[in-house]
Amino acid sequence: MIAEAGLAALWLAAGLAALQLIMGMAALRREIDAGPTIRSVAVVQGALTVIAFAMLLLVFARTDLSVALVFENSHSAKPFIYKVAGAWGNHEGSMLLWVTVLAASGAVLALLSRRVGERTLIAALAAQAALALGFYAFLLIASNPFARLDPAPLEGRGLNPLLQDPGLAFHPPTLYLGYVGLSVAFSLAVGALLTQEVDSRLGRAMRPWVLAAWIMLTLGITAGSYWAYYELGWGGWWFWDPVENASLMPWLAATALLHSINVLAARGALKAWTMMLAVIAFSMSMVGTFLVRSGVLTSVHAFAIDPERGTFLLALLAIYVGAAFTLFAVRGATLKEGAPFELVSRESGLVVNNLLLSVILAIVFLGTLYPLFVEAISGEKLSVGAPYFNVVAGPLALILAVLVGIGPLLTWRRERRPVWGKLQVPAVFAVVALTVTIILAPHIGILPRLGLVVAAFLAAASILPLVGRNALRAPVETWGMVLAHLGIAVALAGMAANAAFTSERLAVATFGDVLRVGPWLVQLEGVAPTAGPNWTAIEAQLRASRGSAPIVLRPQTRYFSDPPTETNEAAIRTFWNGQLYTVIGKPDPSGAWQLRLWWKPFVTLIWAGGGIIALGGALGLVGRALRAWRVRRKREPDWRRRYA
Amino acid sequence: MSRALRFAPLAILVLLIAALIWRLATPTDTTIPSQMIGKNLSEVRAQPALPDRKGVSVGDADSNPRVINFFASWCVPCIAEMPLLLELKRQGVGVDGIAVRDRPRDIAAFLKERGDPYGSIGADPNSRIQMQFGASGVPETFIVDPYGIVRYQHIGPLEPKDVAIIRDKWASLRK
Repeated sequence: MIAEAGLAALWLAAGLAALQLIMGMAALRREIDAGPTIRSVAVVQGALTVIAFAMLLLVFARTDLSVALVFENSHSAKPFIYKVAGAWGNHEGSMLLWVTVLAASGAVLALLSRRVGERTLIAALAAQAALALGFYAFLLIASNPFARLDPAPLEGRGLNPLLQDPGLAFHPPTLYLGYVGLSVAFSLAVGALLTQEVDSRLGRAMRPWVLAAWIMLTLGITAGSYWAYYELGWGGWWFWDPVENASLMPWLAATALLHSINVLAARGALKAWTMMLAVIAFSMSMVGTFLVRSGVLTSVHAFAIDPERGTFLLALLAIYVGAAFTLFAVRGATLKEGAPFELVSRESGLVVNNLLLSVILAIVFLGTLYPLFVEAISGEKLSVGAPYFNVVAGPLALILAVLVGIGPLLTWRRERRPVWGKLQVPAVFAVVALTVTIILAPHIGILPRLGLVVAAFLAAASILPLVGRNALRAPVETWGMVLAHLGIAVALAGMAANAAFTSERLAVATFGDVLRVGPWLVQLEGVAPTAGPNWTAIEAQLRASRGSAPIVLRPQTRYFSDPPTETNEAAIRTFWNGQLYTVIGKPDPSGAWQLRLWWKPFVTLIWAGGGIIALGGALGLVGRALRAWRVRRKREPDWRRRYA
Repeated sequence: MSRALRFAPLAILVLLIAALIWRLATPTDTTIPSQMIGKNLSEVRAQPALPDRKGVSVGDADSNPRVINFFASWCVPCIAEMPLLLELKRQGVGVDGIAVRDRPRDIAAFLKERGDPYGSIGADPNSRIQMQFGASGVPETFIVDPYGIVRYQHIGPLEPKDVAIIRDKWASLRK
């Protein structure tokens, strides 16, 4: 009954989405006055998808094997958290999560949005319903998560062991909140283009959505990066894998959008550009979903591949993005740009920021899809990897990081004073970093060295907006910006330090052998079998020391029987100045064991930086919300009565 | 914003969709063309792995082409493909084995238990021959013509569909 209830909720939600779309279109043609009704429909539609998703969680929590999806992805012996998280660790469940977020965002938009005009809101809700309708069709026709099996099997097939990790509970939902949260920006842009109400009010209405989605994307990508880092046992934190790029592209677009929206909200400028970015950001989310599901590119995420579903998703992508771009092409001419600005101003700083981000986005996009185009034209197979991305995007990212330090110091419209005076302290930081790295580490590569220098510069420069004023009385969103920019410096320092100073050791060791990696001496003491709830493992005991008290690390090779898979569980020890990362490989017939050891100085700064960036975004969101609330209270002293 | 610029995103999208449709429509070919095909390995010699068997000498111009199978008694997928190798032998295909990092006693026990599809069996105690063949692991299967030229490479355990492929390839190289 639970599964049927979920399915029924989904069908009802799809029906309401159709109703919402029709009502929206009729209202836009001034045939009916549908404002309050369409809001209620959106709210009920959102609630129904939440119910459907809750039903899916319930069948997974109870391991109801008569549901095909549970049989294929779960197992009674699996720990409870992975039973629940397994609900979205597969194609159908994750698509249900996708439409749940989509419809719930629509509901929240209908409930909370008071900033845009009524007509634009109705148009946006209609657009949101159109989006949802396509994905409901996809779920109900091509990927029903509630399909039953008769008779019910006795045991499930189990979950891909790589996914049996706390990362699964966190990484997909945050990423989806980010991906799909961008749909609201998309719908608002489409709505405003339809009603021709692209103005600073729209910018202010769109901003919290973009900011919230961007925070979630930042968290999701950071979590995913750390998960891949410790779970795959390759010792890397970013592989330029097509699917990683698929999450990076919406993030880059959202980052650009986040900044251009400020220009729109504050000055009414960059209208066409911001509308295009809003469309592109969500389009990139859909491209990402398509790439993961269709299997057109090979990737570590290729566990959910089905070309037929790929065709369906591609059709949705073509319809939605094609319609939005067509609308943009037709209506773009009607957009009147707002207040002008001069060459040295905060606006132009943000324009440069947007250009650089867009170029980086284009580089990642081309690099990800280049193999596809080459194969289409010449039939040759190739892959584009880290060498291309690092060399081409790296220098641009460094230039951007320098500008991140300078941009916030400029004033709107026209900067009268030269900014160089304010940048003396950051410049000193940069010179000191350069000197120190040249003296202490003369042989590191040029890009990592520049990375460290720029990180030092940015760390100092990012704080400047709070200097020379009463920092405690500065707006919360200024603190948010400072923190986010500081987070970039922290992450950049971690990336550069990891690239410059990592030491790696690959060896075949017998018991008692001592290996040196960085400052550490690591001894292989023994190898013993061990077991967990649904796996058995070979576990090595390593004793590591660098002068003081030794520590013990136990990397494992785990064997899961449902489904039969082998995974590496790296043993990682974190210190204030880096991580010791150890992996045990295969035995040699002679009784020796392969060991892979890394000493990665300051690598944790990468993810700490990601967390700080997201925290900065959260402060910005809170700050904006507080300000909006204060303004509202001043304008409508009796606002409380409306809800009484 | 000029008209051309406004239509640019749409044009890029159309291009992208066209490429993706093409990709979905073309069946994916997951075989990686072997870099070893055409290599001359006629110098490669493997010592006998068992006292009562001949070792492997690649490319004997007088005889027929040979299927050369890298295996090991400690390798689980090798057990899985053994019936297929026996089937190849039954159909008259000449199969030789290279035992990778193995001991004579273990090899003998393995062949006794799982069947013995091999003509001659060479020993490769330190993976030197594996390197010369450009093999990345066990099992791995090659076809070498009478002149010692590599004609076919299969990475990983054989599947039932591979039996016919290997037999036909082998037969086409026969003098």
